[in-house]
Amino acid sequence: MSKQLYKNTRILSGLIVRRDRVRIPVWLISLSTLTIIVAASFTDLYKNEGERQAIAETMRNPAMTAMVGQGYGLENYTNGAMMAHQMLLFTAMAVAIMSILLVVRHTRADEEDGRIEIIRALPAGRLANLNSTILVLFGVNVLLALIVGFGLNALGIESMDLEGSLLYGAAIGATGMIFTAITALFAQLSESSRGTIGFSITILLIAYLLRAVGDVSNEALSWLSPLGWILGSEVYVNNYWWPIFLTVGVASILVVLSLYLNAIRDLEAGFLRAKSGRKKASPFLLSPLGLALRLQRTGLIAWAVGTFILGGSYGSVLGDLESFFADNDMMKNLLPPVEGFSLTEQFLTMLMSVISMICTIPPLMAMLKLKGEESKNRTEHLLSRAVSRIRLMGSYFVISIVSGFAMLSLAAIGLGAVGNSVMEEGIAFGRLYSAAMVYLPAMWIMIGLAALLIGVAPKLSGIVWAYLTYSFFVVYLGGLLQLPEWMSTLSPYNHIPKVPVEEIDYMKLFILTIVAIVIIAVGFIQYKNRDIQG
Amino acid sequence: MSVLKTTNLIKRFGAFTALDGVNIEVNEGEVYGFIGPNGAGKSTTIRLLLGILKATEGEARIFGMDVWEDAVDIHKRIAYVPGDVNLWPNLTGGEVIDLFVKLRGSNNKSRREELIKKFDLDPSKKCRTYSKGNRQKVALISAFSSDADLYILDEPTSGLDPLMERVFQECVLEAKSTGKSVILSSHILSEVERLCDKVGIIRQGKMIETGTLNELRHLTRTSLAVETKQPLINLNEMRGVHGVEKKDRALSFQVDAEELDNVIKYVSRFGILSLVSTPPTLEDLFMRHYEGAGKTPKAGVGGAK
Repeated sequence: MSKQLYKNTRILSGLIVRRDRVRIPVWLISLSTLTIIVAASFTDLYKNEGERQAIAETMRNPAMTAMVGQGYGLENYTNGAMMAHQMLLFTAMAVAIMSILLVVRHTRADEEDGRIEIIRALPAGRLANLNSTILVLFGVNVLLALIVGFGLNALGIESMDLEGSLLYGAAIGATGMIFTAITALFAQLSESSRGTIGFSITILLIAYLLRAVGDVSNEALSWLSPLGWILGSEVYVNNYWWPIFLTVGVASILVVLSLYLNAIRDLEAGFLRAKSGRKKASPFLLSPLGLALRLQRTGLIAWAVGTFILGGSYGSVLGDLESFFADNDMMKNLLPPVEGFSLTEQFLTMLMSVISMICTIPPLMAMLKLKGEESKNRTEHLLSRAVSRIRLMGSYFVISIVSGFAMLSLAAIGLGAVGNSVMEEGIAFGRLYSAAMVYLPAMWIMIGLAALLIGVAPKLSGIVWAYLTYSFFVVYLGGLLQLPEWMSTLSPYNHIPKVPVEEIDYMKLFILTIVAIVIIAVGFIQYKNRDIQG
Repeated sequence: MSVLKTTNLIKRFGAFTALDGVNIEVNEGEVYGFIGPNGAGKSTTIRLLLGILKATEGEARIFGMDVWEDAVDIHKRIAYVPGDVNLWPNLTGGEVIDLFVKLRGSNNKSRREELIKKFDLDPSKKCRTYSKGNRQKVALISAFSSDADLYILDEPTSGLDPLMERVFQECVLEAKSTGKSVILSSHILSEVERLCDKVGIIRQGKMIETGTLNELRHLTRTSLAVETKQPLINLNEMRGVHGVEKKDRALSFQVDAEELDNVIKYVSRFGILSLVSTPPTLEDLFMRHYEGAGKTPKAGVGGAK
């Protein structure tokens, strides 16, 4: 082994902190505030033990166990036990994603772009970059654990004592550390940053699924998953610390392994060789539409699976809804009762608006891909050939419209299939499907807005995400937060009739569609007449 | 017949004027060299020609059609190679070549294979693994395997090794021999000198010189190295003589093209033992114009014929 493998680690750590001086605080602040706000809101939502026990009952079904993990302390469902049961797993996964993205950014992505080469040509140790990345990420996760731990305790909730809160923080931090290590390892194995992210996220999903299957069927399976270890600490109920040490211990072993692999490999090489591809293009690729589809293939398939599972998991809770609603104040605020309709049907309208907004994400991504390609100077390859701008934009537009329809259908099918299997009295599939499809005009307006921004102000096309977030906020939480009426009228989703509770108002849908068509047309015309940038 | 003609092309980005009245004319079977320093407006001009940018004023026509209105029809008959080729990281080189050829419309299978071999490219690799030179090859192969009438090449050889540069030059000459036109923007002046019939020099958005290489050479100085029987005297006082230097027994100096006749007559009186005359290279020309950002260019340079 050569000398001075770690030289200048300190300076490089400083560089990473400097480069992420906004990114890291944003992650830390949003994750910790989210956790603390949710914990604080639990005390408002469930005022007494009776209400909490009622919730505990609805948590006793396998679908919930698969989703959020085994419920420890369901017999005495304190605020702490509820927090650990409902929030810990998802927060830990968010922290894992943070760690994965940050590690890739500073290891394989930098290496791929040739920046590590410049660093390595300076008097810096061979392992200094990887080492400093891991050090910074471990630091970030420890900091997060402490902020969350002390923050939760500072709320002064009876069932959230100091030890439990610190353990909660530690569970989150340890998840971040082990995924830092896992990503560092894949950054050595894979040759590209995409590959590294792909492998690491896959491990995260496998960990989640192993735990889900294990928690429902055979507990031994859950112990193969790091997420199972984390939940095994039974925070606020039994407060076991050893799973945290186990997680950090395994993370350390993986760190040593990845440092070793980094030391013995060549720069820009990986242990998993990229396999060679096609020498000739398949006929499906040979058009702007084919190309646009091919570029987004993997993402669209993943989203299709995702929206189906999303529909299914919402469907799984439909069975227990009536009892759940009967004694929950929050839900009464969300859904004021309407004569002649069951609570489940009312809840369905709320579900559909949420589902439709989530299903709007992939079509927006598909549309905005056109702008992404432009910034990377790749649209000029097409436009300098016999491809008109209308045809180019049209390709992305078609994918956007079709994917939106497909996502919404898949979510509705998932919801219907699982929902009807758990409900005593099912809902006719036709009604359910039309309740989803009425949201198409709202989705078209969002796609139209993306097209309009691409045509008029491509640099500002991110605004459409802000608008979607705004819609989500006012439509989902408008009733709960008692927001003024005009705020929700600004969102297209608010104007969609709430089927099956309301009649389908075809006039409204028609007007929304016309609005969508107009802004789409303006977008196309402007795109045709502007300079291509990048 | 003129294949490409721009008239007083102006492009402004906000308050900044990138192109200020650019006139270019390329005829059938002609290779036009387009040279200028970084940021002079070469790529902006080319992007205007491709209909990717819209001209603020002026007109540009290719095959008699408007570059903005008839972009698609024009593009069926042209091939473009950018200087900085960004490709889709998850497609292979072979896939990209096929896509590009298909999007133009025509298809020449045997030519594709021949060029892949000539340029020594592995088409089965993903574009993310290609070096700059290899990405450049993908663009070049797609361009030359199509039967275009006009080739628009924007610094196409940046990143190629000398061997591949030779292959590229063969491709251009071959296109020329079959009557195709080429507009070649380049920094490699020896390449322009070898390939181009006509040269246009752009600086700060303005065409400062256009003409054949021979015409341009007239605008600058010829280097002479003379050895005479009798010592050559009073040369410094002759009109049009610059930079006299003594080298061993010879004198070297530069002479303005229009004074060459007088100077030679004068020198011959001293009895010439040896005379070496070197025509100005494109580099001399180029340097003279670029260094002269502060100095006034010689009167009557632009378009003098």
